[in-house]
Amino acid sequence: MNVGDWISHPANWAFIILGLVVAGAAFRVVTSQNVIHAALALVATLAGTAGLFLLLSAEFVAWVLVLVYIGAVIVLFLFGIMITRAPTGRDVALDHPRKAWATIVALGLFVALSWGSLRAFGTTELANQGEPTATETVGLSLLGRFVIPFEAVSFVLLAALIGGITIARKDLTPAEEVEREAR
Amino acid sequence: MIVNQFLVLAALLFALGVYGLLVRRNAVMVLLAVELMLNAVNINLVAFEAVLRSSEAIGQVFAIFVITVAAAEVGIGLAIVLMIFRNRASANVDELNLMKW
Repeated sequence: MNVGDWISHPANWAFIILGLVVAGAAFRVVTSQNVIHAALALVATLAGTAGLFLLLSAEFVAWVLVLVYIGAVIVLFLFGIMITRAPTGRDVALDHPRKAWATIVALGLFVALSWGSLRAFGTTELANQGEPTATETVGLSLLGRFVIPFEAVSFVLLAALIGGITIARKDLTPAEEVEREAR
Repeated sequence: MIVNQFLVLAALLFALGVYGLLVRRNAVMVLLAVELMLNAVNINLVAFEAVLRSSEAIGQVFAIFVITVAAAEVGIGLAIVLMIFRNRASANVDELNLMKW
């Protein structure tokens, strides 16, 4: 398979555009000096990822990603940024000064990971391209073979909900406790 | 489409996440970088599923599990950051040496 064949496929054009959006936005997430911009760049990254999932014929996962991440998690992040009064303007102190080491580690990791996958998979093609996985298949799998992990994950969510409330709740001083009892 | 184009993009996202994790000082920004890394893992799971095409869509089911656990992680993480901010008036991870000996 040569580059000419690869580039002539329209799905690969979609991949190039989505990949550029995802990579550029992810770069903005970790380099932007404005906290709000970084959170909004994560929205672009996740939207591009949802597009990649559609290319990979995983429609249900793509829309779950849009609903859960772009809909809920990002809002949570924006709340977190605003409540902790993170410096929302330009701020040079947002990054640690020793960036060179982090760059070396990240570059090394990228080279190692991509070298490994290039070696292991070469030009393996995707199977049944353009044939979306039926949501029915995912649903039957979730409530069939994977019903125990599914219930475990719902328990994790419940525990996280209660834990989040308990941790973030303001502890009352004894005097305030008495006052609340009286009301 | 070959599987490696997705795997290399996911590797790039993961590396960027690691970079952000190491370089950011604000705890909320560290959590953002962790989200990038989890997202890279999701791309890998869905890409492998698109190669193997198992009858039960196992890769996609695991991606959904990862998304769920990531949502729980963000909730707890932000609650902890909030509590630390309330106690220390700062969300800077460089100053959080309370449990360091």
